[in-house]
Amino acid sequence: MNTILNMKDIVKTYRMGDEEQRVLNEINFNVEQGEFVTILGPSGSGKSTLMNIIGCLDVPTSGNYDLNGNDVAHMDEETLSEVRNREIGFIFQQFQLLPRLSALDNVELPLIYAGVSEKERKQRAKAMLEKVGLGTKLKNKPNQLSGGQQQRVAIARALITQPTILLADEPTGALDQKTGVQIMELFQELHAEGKTIVMITHDEKIARHGSRIVKILDGTLTEYRQEDEQHG
Amino acid sequence: MDTMFKESVKMSWQNIIHNKMRSFLTILGVLIGVTAIIALISIVQGVTDNITGEVMKMGANKITVQIAGTPLKQGLTQTDINEIAQIENLKGVSPTVSGQTSIVYNGEVMEEVAVQGNNDVHFANSDELLETGRPITIVDVESKNRVCLIGQDVVKELFPAESPINKEIIINGVTHTIIGTLQKSSGFSASSPDQSVVVPYTTAMSLIGTGYVPALDIYVEDEALAPETTAEVESALLTAFNYNEDGFRIVNMQNILDTVEQMTGTMSMLLAGIAAISLVVGGIGIMNMMLVTVTERTTEIGLRKALGAKPGTIQLQFVLEALFLSLFGGILGLICGIFISFVGTMAIGVEFTLVGYSIPLALGFSAVIGLAFGYAPAKKASRLNPIDALRSV
Repeated sequence: MNTILNMKDIVKTYRMGDEEQRVLNEINFNVEQGEFVTILGPSGSGKSTLMNIIGCLDVPTSGNYDLNGNDVAHMDEETLSEVRNREIGFIFQQFQLLPRLSALDNVELPLIYAGVSEKERKQRAKAMLEKVGLGTKLKNKPNQLSGGQQQRVAIARALITQPTILLADEPTGALDQKTGVQIMELFQELHAEGKTIVMITHDEKIARHGSRIVKILDGTLTEYRQEDEQHG
Repeated sequence: MDTMFKESVKMSWQNIIHNKMRSFLTILGVLIGVTAIIALISIVQGVTDNITGEVMKMGANKITVQIAGTPLKQGLTQTDINEIAQIENLKGVSPTVSGQTSIVYNGEVMEEVAVQGNNDVHFANSDELLETGRPITIVDVESKNRVCLIGQDVVKELFPAESPINKEIIINGVTHTIIGTLQKSSGFSASSPDQSVVVPYTTAMSLIGTGYVPALDIYVEDEALAPETTAEVESALLTAFNYNEDGFRIVNMQNILDTVEQMTGTMSMLLAGIAAISLVVGGIGIMNMMLVTVTERTTEIGLRKALGAKPGTIQLQFVLEALFLSLFGGILGLICGIFISFVGTMAIGVEFTLVGYSIPLALGFSAVIGLAFGYAPAKKASRLNPIDALRSV
């Protein structure tokens, strides 16, 4: 197996006035290529902070983080931008589509920052929207799409740069039960294709769609064991 | 980088278009500032050109000397004039002697006619003097010939139906032969030549009964050397009046011209300065809108950063947006300014001139304003933390 994400002794502390608050406590976390890992934790457990560090939006206070050969823990903002663009495909709870842009233009966005020519961008974005089942909605603005469709546009946008990791933060949190299941089915299809997915959720039912679950509580990460499931 | 720049331009433009009303109100400040600058520069330039034109008509190559005299010597003598005539770079010296008297033709009397004594040089240096007949010659001056030229009012009054040439009129009791008539004056002159007769200045001196010449027009050969020539004339006059500086006054047209240009120049700078204040106010308006825009689009900025936009790219996008707003205001202001100065100059009655440098000045100014006042909001946008920005939903 090829380890593409390797976190070692990751610590993140925030200063709250005079107090120092340790949000992540010596996290050790690996993701192999092709895995679908879910990080399960209640709010306030530190899972958002962990996601920010995985997503290269933030850097740890100490520890090492290697993402596909990039020493992320010690990068400046400029280089982090490049790594995010190349290695991470973000999927957010609130979709985060730009309301003024069409579905096609939204999907194109990461390619603009990758410096891809307009012609190629259009072709790839169109193909990706067809793949997520929105081939007929290319020109629609986000407010002309249902919640599930918007999340599909967001997934297409996350996939467009062929990133190392798809990083999803509560991807079904803003959707109804039925639509949420459909999105999870799409995740499983992507997983079956060999995509590496890291999903963060507080919902155990959703978490079970993953091939492996880790739990985070009070800044400490533990592997999810069978008895947890029984007691939970 | 080319792709990025093109996309930044496109994104900025879309954002401006999306908020049409707000964008328009924002650029209004710059628009008014540029309009004011263009209109003021053009109108002041038009007025300046007009004044300069009038002064130039009086002759920039002419040095006018007015003699106040001293108690012992009320004017220049023929010897003094001969002395001055020796100065280098002179085309000629034209003494002027003036008085007022009545003239008679055929028993008809005309009162209060200006009698002006001049010479051949006076006529040689102005082709706008002689209407018909011949000018005064050097022979007329030297032999004190009793000849004269008459103005158009005199022609109208005394010779309504016949040619005045070679007719004899009585000036101050002395008979003179009319050798020519003067052109109708253009109106822009202190003394109207229409109601006057011109005689050789030597003749005029005898008529008035004076041995002194009270005024000189000195014509310069090379205008570039006028200051040096003026200095020499001054030194000759000082000698003539026993070093009494109050004895005479030298009026150089170039000096008047310089003063006029300096005055209007100062005026344009002052007005442009006031207009520049409104440009700065316009810039603050742009900065205000940009700050609002950055706050409004916090989430968008965070998302773009998450998707791989570098701080520099975000900054470029917002700076371009401010630049476009400002330039757009500048271009509209330029059009309004040209229109207003066209109407304005027509209203004042001076010629409309579009000052060449005003276009790059206006556009350059608005570009600088856009960049200067767009920089801080753009910097703020580029520094937004993507995490905080995304969380602000």
